[in-house]
Amino acid sequence: MSAPVYTLDQISKTYNTRRVLEVEQLAIQKGEILALVGPSGAGKSTLLRLLNFLEQPTQGKIQFHAFEFSVDKEPPLDVRRRVTMVFQHPMLLNRSVEANVKYGLELRGIRDTQERVKQALAEVGLEHIPNQKANTLSGGEAQRVALARAIVMQPEVLLLDEPTANLDPYNVGLIEKIILHLNQQYGTTLVLVTHNVFQAKRLAQRVAFLLDGKVIEVSDAETFFNHPQDPRTAAFVRGDMVY
Amino acid sequence: MSEELLEIIILSLQVSGVALLISALIGIPIGVFLGLNRFTGRRLLIALMYTGMGFPPVVIGLFVYLVLSRSGPLGSLNLPFIPALFTPAAMVVAQSIISFPLVAGFTMAAVMGVDKRLRQQVMALGATKQQAALTVLMEARIGVVVAIIAGFGGIISEVGAVMMVGGNIEGRTRVLTTAIVLSTRQGDFNLAIALGLILLAITFLVNVAMLRLQGKSFDE
Ligand SMILES: Nc1ncnc2c1ncn2[C@@H]1O[C@H](COP(=O)(O)OP(=O)(O)O)[C@@H](O)[C@H]1O
Ligand SMILES: [Mg+2]
Repeated sequence: MSAPVYTLDQISKTYNTRRVLEVEQLAIQKGEILALVGPSGAGKSTLLRLLNFLEQPTQGKIQFHAFEFSVDKEPPLDVRRRVTMVFQHPMLLNRSVEANVKYGLELRGIRDTQERVKQALAEVGLEHIPNQKANTLSGGEAQRVALARAIVMQPEVLLLDEPTANLDPYNVGLIEKIILHLNQQYGTTLVLVTHNVFQAKRLAQRVAFLLDGKVIEVSDAETFFNHPQDPRTAAFVRGDMVY
Repeated sequence: MSEELLEIIILSLQVSGVALLISALIGIPIGVFLGLNRFTGRRLLIALMYTGMGFPPVVIGLFVYLVLSRSGPLGSLNLPFIPALFTPAAMVVAQSIISFPLVAGFTMAAVMGVDKRLRQQVMALGATKQQAALTVLMEARIGVVVAIIAGFGGIISEVGAVMMVGGNIEGRTRVLTTAIVLSTRQGDFNLAIALGLILLAITFLVNVAMLRLQGKSFDE
């Protein structure tokens, strides 16, 4: 196996005085889809923010390829721009669909956006409404625009924070298809937070289970779902985890 | 319309227009900064800004008068870029001080009204801190225009400070509000009323223009 994209080593994140994340070891491989599952409040979103370099770990180091980042060494802009995230809420700008999708390209000073925007919109099945105002979209459309806005930048790593929560089955299906296509076609590394065990099963090659800020178990999907090592993972997979 | 009246109208617009521009250039960045950042001393700064928003213009007039007068701390320096009393530039200084806390305060409120998660999303898309601040400002554009309108309203109709530091000198520092005061004092009520109507009309037209600035997003 080639060198991992991320290697986390003894990292923790503390807000005020509460430690909400404590990961001893976690590697994320190039080109994989890793699902992060766990109950609400387990620290999944916090971990994604660290992977996106939006926040720094309180302790420990995050290695991204050959770079090492920590509290006193924040990543430069060009490294930060190799990773992006789609949140549970689409958080679109109050502009047209097209303006939203080209936003990230404009940030990077890229002028010639038209073709790329068109292609990204086509990938999410919205090529017919580039001029519609974002605040008039349905929930599923808005989330697909958010996805187009991320993939148009051809990120090396795409982080997805519960991208299909509260969506109808049709849009869930569409988005899952886009995610898989992205991974297979472009080799994008994907980290997907979901509390839907079935979604993790459908999409992920590896699954990590987070509980109270700790990684309880990471393994390939087959092992994770059929032969979980930890009783807490087993309970979560069965769906009788109390939370 | 007499040439004299036209001059008064033009000077009113020039003084308040330049003062508004200065307050926007100072007030909008301050508002964005206070709205987006958390640091010790922020509450104190906000309290000071709120005080500035309600500060009596005459007191600011007095302050500028004292500072710019020949014996004052700045006036006595005799530097070329420090305006002398009883000039339009001195009036601009006073009106800028009156207006920028209003612009800053309303801008801060507008920026704070934008969902916090939007800024995080924008950062996740690769924005620098400055790009993110600019994007949030754009999202708050309706509120920012209100901030500018409030700043303009605070000065176009203001009389105390311009009277003090301008002196209402005919042909030099006389503006609509000070002309209204003078003609009322002289018993020329017809002229005073006419000037008042002109002032109202100008304020109305400027606000209509600002509404256009808010653009289509205002109708949604
Ligand atoms: N900015 C913050 N300040 C304080 N506490 C936070 C902050 N962000 C998250 N937390 C806390 O950290 C814990 C983990 O949150 P989160 O990562 O959002 O969990 P998950 O995404 O797994 O539901 C929660 O208890 C949450 O209240
Ligand atoms: Mg979360």
